[in-house]
This record gives sequence, structure tokens and C-alpha cells, in this order.
Amino acid sequence: MEGLTEKPLTGHLKPDGEALDISEYEGYGGYEGLRKALRMGHSEIQKEVKEANLRGRGGAGFNTGLKWSFVPMGKDAPRPKYLVANADEMEPGTFKDRFLLERNPHLIIEGMIIASFAIEAETAFVFLRWEYTLAAKRMRRAIAEAYERGYLGRNMLGSGFNLDLRVHVSAGRYICGEETALLNALEGRRAVPRSKPPFPQTSGLWGRPTVVNNVETLSNVPHIITGGAEWYRKLSRSGDGGTKLFGVSGRVKRPGLWELPMGTTAREILEEHAGGMADGFSFRCLIPGGASTEFICEEGLDVKMDFDSVQKAGSRLGTGTMIVLDHTVCPIAALHNLERFFAEESCGWCTPCREGLPWVARLLGAIEDGEGEPGDIETLREHTRSLWVGKTYCALAPGAMEPLKSGLAIFREDFERHIREKGCPSKRERG
Amino acid sequence: MLSDEERSEIEEEIRHYARKRGASVEALMCVQRRRGWVDDETLKEVADMLGMSVGELDGVATFYNLIFRRPVGKNVILICNTISCMVMGYENILAHLEERLGIRLGQTTADGLFTLLPVPCLGACDRSPVMMVGEKLYPGLTPEIADEILREHGWRG
Repeated sequence: MEGLTEKPLTGHLKPDGEALDISEYEGYGGYEGLRKALRMGHSEIQKEVKEANLRGRGGAGFNTGLKWSFVPMGKDAPRPKYLVANADEMEPGTFKDRFLLERNPHLIIEGMIIASFAIEAETAFVFLRWEYTLAAKRMRRAIAEAYERGYLGRNMLGSGFNLDLRVHVSAGRYICGEETALLNALEGRRAVPRSKPPFPQTSGLWGRPTVVNNVETLSNVPHIITGGAEWYRKLSRSGDGGTKLFGVSGRVKRPGLWELPMGTTAREILEEHAGGMADGFSFRCLIPGGASTEFICEEGLDVKMDFDSVQKAGSRLGTGTMIVLDHTVCPIAALHNLERFFAEESCGWCTPCREGLPWVARLLGAIEDGEGEPGDIETLREHTRSLWVGKTYCALAPGAMEPLKSGLAIFREDFERHIREKGCPSKRERG
Repeated sequence: MLSDEERSEIEEEIRHYARKRGASVEALMCVQRRRGWVDDETLKEVADMLGMSVGELDGVATFYNLIFRRPVGKNVILICNTISCMVMGYENILAHLEERLGIRLGQTTADGLFTLLPVPCLGACDRSPVMMVGEKLYPGLTPEIADEILREHGWRG
């Protein structure tokens, strides 16, 4: 099985930073997964992906094969059906999908074609944020190459299967990454979330069955088909299948992105791959997987970075891209920055999120500026309950409450000192 | 008035969606690419093409932060103000840009050369702090590098 490597997502990338073109990609066994998939039945593909235990890399961690299995199949299914690659990467601290889009576009396209075939979708979209201009250029070029070689379009490789694939460039707003809001955006509406049920698999784009998968998730699919579920599962050091793109940003020696086995510990990623803290900076804590996850401190660093392990440790794997806070960063200012982001990005559709998040951001700003009052901590804590799961229309506000909830516990002393001393103690100490 | 070129580009976008309105964001972007922003009269024409009411299309236009319903400068600077860039000191870069350009976040220089706007995470956090000018990404910002970038885009300070 040519091309199979322990790094299916990044194993063959070009060192000069350019994208793999179609011939280079084929040279490493590219589109072999598609050829094999076209000989398999739809349910056989779904089963293989499900058994591989590929879990959604956008952050939610839902089993991908299982997600596909809810799509109505057969001749009575509503049509057309759609597949969407969610390339609206905007979770603060997350920079993994950009990397795949710019460097390995054909892997994403092949994953999208196999996924489309598995659910009998005839139209597929890459939903891309506007700011990813280089990714747009490279994806479009790669899509044109794939059409030329007969991997897209009518009667693909003589299989009788038709698929059109197109890039949709969006125009901003974090909420577009929420899959039902994304569908509204793709229908040319304001990107507010939809109520679930019905789930997109039965009623998605234009009311038709639709699957929305993250870019990194789809990139895993070709290798699962080529190498099989068992091979794929064994790439991992834990129960979740495969590898993961892990990233580190902040004051470390080597900020960056690495493809490593699922279940690699946070400490190994931080110390071995990112090289530990930069000179003159000491570690305070990290956010493991983008802005909407809970803080992990020194004593938690041995956690295995996979969905179940991080959850057991009281946080979430999220996008797997960590943000390191060093000793010079005021934790209240960091929380204020996070919550201001969520407040600004609330779509305004449901009241708790629209009203609650700005309140949280304002309180944190006041505490940061030395205008906090003793009751503010309790008011913030109350918000972590009233904006929690089940109280709002979608996951934006509960996600925003994750760092706040853990921050209120971990930085309790910082909160109290800011309020008592009417300002940031570390700022005062630094002069 | 929409130009013939704009009209045919919008028609082409419409062709790719099950219903016309699906092309609304891309249609508005067709206009903005040429004019910098979307004025009321053009918005009305686009709404007619998409079979939407003006209010409906304006509701879409004003939802998305990268569709501009007011004039902007020749170069739009989008500076990331979220967590990784905060840790890496974007606030100093922003203060530097504001001082150099003599404007605050959200404003346009008097000569119409620059508009300065915030943007959430640009997905280049290993190279923070970062910003975009037009369609180009600029990572690893320092005040000196920021000056060079401004000069590259016509700033004479």
C-alpha cells in the first residue's frame, strides 16, 4: 500500500511550503482511496470509517462514520444531498485547517469525494473563510486539476457517480463554523443557528440531507479506506483513531504544528515539540484546544490529548491547538480578551447569549481596570450557569463559559487581588 | 449602476446555487471587490437580481463583518485581536499603527489610504502577532515590520 505513513495528513508535504499538485499527490498513492471506495458499497465505507473511530476534528469529537449513517439512503431518499467541508476555521488559537488547505488540498478533495460517495451526495462545497486567500487559490487550482483527471464531474472514473465540488468564500463571523449556522450562510441568509432536530443529515442545505465535516476530519478519510480501520486505529495511542494535528502558540521556543498520534500527552507536545517555554518566560497554564476549552495547569500536563482523556481531566480536546499563557500575561486580561471575542461574535439570535456575553465581557473589563466590586465574581459565576448547555440556542455561549468557569476557580486569587487592590497587581509590580 | 461585468459575474455565481439567494454573499463580494464597499443603490440592484427584498439583503450584508456598507480606505488592515496575538503583544502593534496612521480602530485615514479594523483569529497563531492588508497576510509583526508594511502600501511617514 504505497503512500501509507504514520503521518497520513502531513507525511508527504513539500518542504518549500507549496501545495502538493495532483501528479505529486498521485505519486504518493493519492486518489487510490477513492478508487477503492468506488468499488465498495456505501454502507461498507460508512462502517469502515465508523470502526476507525475517526472523531470530528472541528472540536465536537462526534464519530464521523456514525454521523454519516443518519443520512437517508437509497432511491427514496430526498435529493439532491450535499456534503460540506467546514473550512471556516476561526476558533482563536487554531491554525490547523489553514495548513491542510494550503499544503495538501487534494487530500481534502479526495476525502470529500469519498464522503460524498458514501452518502450519495451530488454537490459538495468547501465553506471557506474570506481571510484564507491563499487557501482559496490553492483549493480552486486543485479542484480544477481533479476535474481534468476525471475525479470530479459526471460519471467519475466510469463509476456512474456524479459530483460537483465548489469553493464558497464566506465573509466573516465565527458563528458560521456552527454547522447549522453555516447552512444558513450557504443559503445566503444571516448565519444564525437552526434548532435541532431536525439534524442536517435529514434536513440540511435547502432542506435536503447534508453532512458538514471539518477539513481535518475529511483529510483522514482517504487513508482509512486505503489502510483500513484497524491500521488507522493503531496510529493512535488511545481509543480515538488516527493522528491529530496538534499546535502550540504563545511564548514557547518553537511555536508550531505537528501531526502526532492521538493520545500524545500535552507535556510531550509542549516540551519536546514546542521546545518548552521561551527564555525569560515561565509557564502559567494553557488552553488545550482553542478558546472554548477549560484551562490546564502544570499538574494536568500529563493528560493524553484525545477526546475522552481531556474530558476526564475536566477540559476538552477541542481543536487540539493549545494556547500557552506565560507568567507575564494577566489572567484577567486573558479572560477579558476571550469573552470579548465571544460577545462580539454572538450572532444575537438568542437572548442569554446576546445579553449575557457582553455583560460578562464588561465585568471582566471592569475588574481588569480596577473597577471591579466584590459581588462581580458571583455574578460571573452565575453566568457560567445561566449560559450553560441547554440554556442557549447553540454551543457558542456554553463554549465561552468553559474558560471562564475554570478561570474563576484557577485564578481566584488574581480576581480577588484585582478587586481588592483596584487594578492589576502584576502591572503595578512591573511599573 | 451594476456594470455588465459585475452582472455577468453575479449571474455566474447564481448558477451554482439551488436558489438565487444562495449567491447573496458572493454577489455582494463581486461588487465590493471592484468598489471597495457596497452602496445603497447597488445593493438594491443586487437584491433585484437575487429575487430578495432590499431589507432582506441588507440584513445579510450587515451580518457579515467583511461586507462593508460604508466607504473604506484603499487598503483595509485587519489586525487580529484574539488570544494568541494578545499573548504575543498585538496591543503594542495596534497602538503603533494607530499612532502612525493617526486613526483609531474602526477609522479611515483622511487621505483615504488606510482603514484599520479588528478581526478574530487569522489562523496563523504560530507566527503571532499577525494582520492582513488587503488579501495578504503579514505574520511576525514588530513595530519596524509594521512600518515597512505601511510603506509598501503607500504610507509616507
